[in-house]
Amino acid sequence: MEVKQLQEICTQVRRDIVRMVHGVQSGHPGGSLGCTEFLVGLYFNRLRHRSPVFTMDGQGEDLFFLSNGHISPVFYSVLARSGYFEEAELGTFRKINSRLQGHPTTAEHLPGVRIASGSLGQGLSVGIGAALAKKQNGDPYLVYTLHGDGELQEGQIWEALMFAAANQVDNLIATVDWNGQQIDGSTEQVCDLGDLPAKFQAFGWEIVHVEQGNSMESVLNGLEEAVSKTGQGKPVVILLKTTMGHGVDFMMGSHAWHGIAPNDEQLALALAQNPETLEDY
Amino acid sequence: MSSILAQFPFTEKKDTRSGFGAALTLLGQTNPKVVALTADLAGSLKMNEFAKLFADRFYQVGIAEANMMGIAAGLTIGGYIPFTGTFANFSTGRVYDQIRQSIAYSQKNVKICASHAGLTLGEDGATHQILEDIGMMRMLPNMTVVCPADYNETYAATLAIAEYEGPVYLRFGRPSWPVFMDQVRFPFVLGKANVLVEGCDVTLVATGHMVWKAIEAAEVLRERGLQAEVINVHTIKPLDEEAILASVQKTGCVVTAEEHNMYGGLGEAVSRVLSLYCPSPQEFIAVNDTFGESGTPTQLLTKYGLDSPQIVAAAETAVRRKKTK
Repeated sequence: MEVKQLQEICTQVRRDIVRMVHGVQSGHPGGSLGCTEFLVGLYFNRLRHRSPVFTMDGQGEDLFFLSNGHISPVFYSVLARSGYFEEAELGTFRKINSRLQGHPTTAEHLPGVRIASGSLGQGLSVGIGAALAKKQNGDPYLVYTLHGDGELQEGQIWEALMFAAANQVDNLIATVDWNGQQIDGSTEQVCDLGDLPAKFQAFGWEIVHVEQGNSMESVLNGLEEAVSKTGQGKPVVILLKTTMGHGVDFMMGSHAWHGIAPNDEQLALALAQNPETLEDY
Repeated sequence: MSSILAQFPFTEKKDTRSGFGAALTLLGQTNPKVVALTADLAGSLKMNEFAKLFADRFYQVGIAEANMMGIAAGLTIGGYIPFTGTFANFSTGRVYDQIRQSIAYSQKNVKICASHAGLTLGEDGATHQILEDIGMMRMLPNMTVVCPADYNETYAATLAIAEYEGPVYLRFGRPSWPVFMDQVRFPFVLGKANVLVEGCDVTLVATGHMVWKAIEAAEVLRERGLQAEVINVHTIKPLDEEAILASVQKTGCVVTAEEHNMYGGLGEAVSRVLSLYCPSPQEFIAVNDTFGESGTPTQLLTKYGLDSPQIVAAAETAVRRKKTK
């Protein structure tokens, strides 16, 4: 798919995100907007998947696990836009009797979701398990995971990083949404992550840097580079520099929009900055 | 009248964890989907034989139980049946949130196998003697909780949970214990309690190591003129409510016995059923909301009131309460 076409999908996904969050006056727009290029680039260009067909075991296809489950709006929009379920269902987000729970779950059997996430730090371990299962099955496909940078403060992440390198889990590409923000402020203020590349290197991971995680070209190049580094005995991490709230100017670069919804006026502003490209749900 | 103990002859004592280890090895041979993980306790969990024979299906995760639970959840996604092995404390309390989200809520087919549960862990003391694990696991939707009574039953339970689709908590222990659960007379069926001794005066509902203590107590009670019915509840969740109700409707009172805190375990599970359908006097043999300490298993069971004399006394109290009701 052409970059221009992918960018158009991103614009529509951004509309979906702010409309979903506005529609229920709850949810997490900031991280969702920041990860839009990554998830659109992954699902529409890189991930070898079989949408709309969905099987839990995912044999013979690439798998994706969202570890920072609070950015469910972008995940749900991308799943719907790539054919896993009807776009109209996005309007049920966070509402009673919906398959689109506040944080993703398998309990409602939403196609495209293979693990519950929300409580942070667990998705890398799950991704490693799925990657080990692929090795057991002789399945040459890859496993992708996505994490927040604040999520790296969870100890389980470092347990998993150590294990993946020690066990040469080289069919795994973890991505860190490195936007420098978390709920209570910047990551630097809350609990400084320090020299992140040096830490991943010390843990024995291959590192791919994407300095402009909101540029589709950069994301696609980063994903390509990451895939080229798989199968060589080391797990791979993409350090994806993004801007929280990207694409909606008043939400950009601040932790203030981590988990609050726009009002009617703010919604209109956000939508005006992201004109409809595909049809709104 | 033949003695009750004579109906449960045993020639040897074995640890229940060895029943788990032996069955896991058999599963390695019979079920290629079974994989095993440990967090640096392969020896203590008796998983070394599996690790040696099926090295490619064995994962040594290191001292990282949270990671182990997540990896196990992920392995199910590729169609595997992971058995995790560590101490009961590190299988539950340390990783409650990982089990809750990645396994129970996500409905993953993980078998959480937990050794060294309860006071009978012994000398390591309270840090390792978890007495809350049954409660924590019972409270999780989708979770099945199994606590076998001896080596034979642990062996059978390990095989049975591999056939069951869904998350299971399997609790066993460290001490040598009488091997008395004849699997021909009392086969292990997941979710079905076994009535080991029939009686009409009082029901003794026990789980795990306390089943043997209940049989010992039934012998003493018979000498004192009370016919106790002994039920082995190896599956605490889902609870075999029918078996318990059928017995208590006959006897009119009950004693529950478990190597666990008095809160959250078998006793309260039985209370719930009785208060709904058959309110009856109940006495609780369980740890009195306290932590354990170092000591031998025998010393600890005595000190914390989990021995057969205490079951006998509780049964006599229950019978008295029934008569004055």
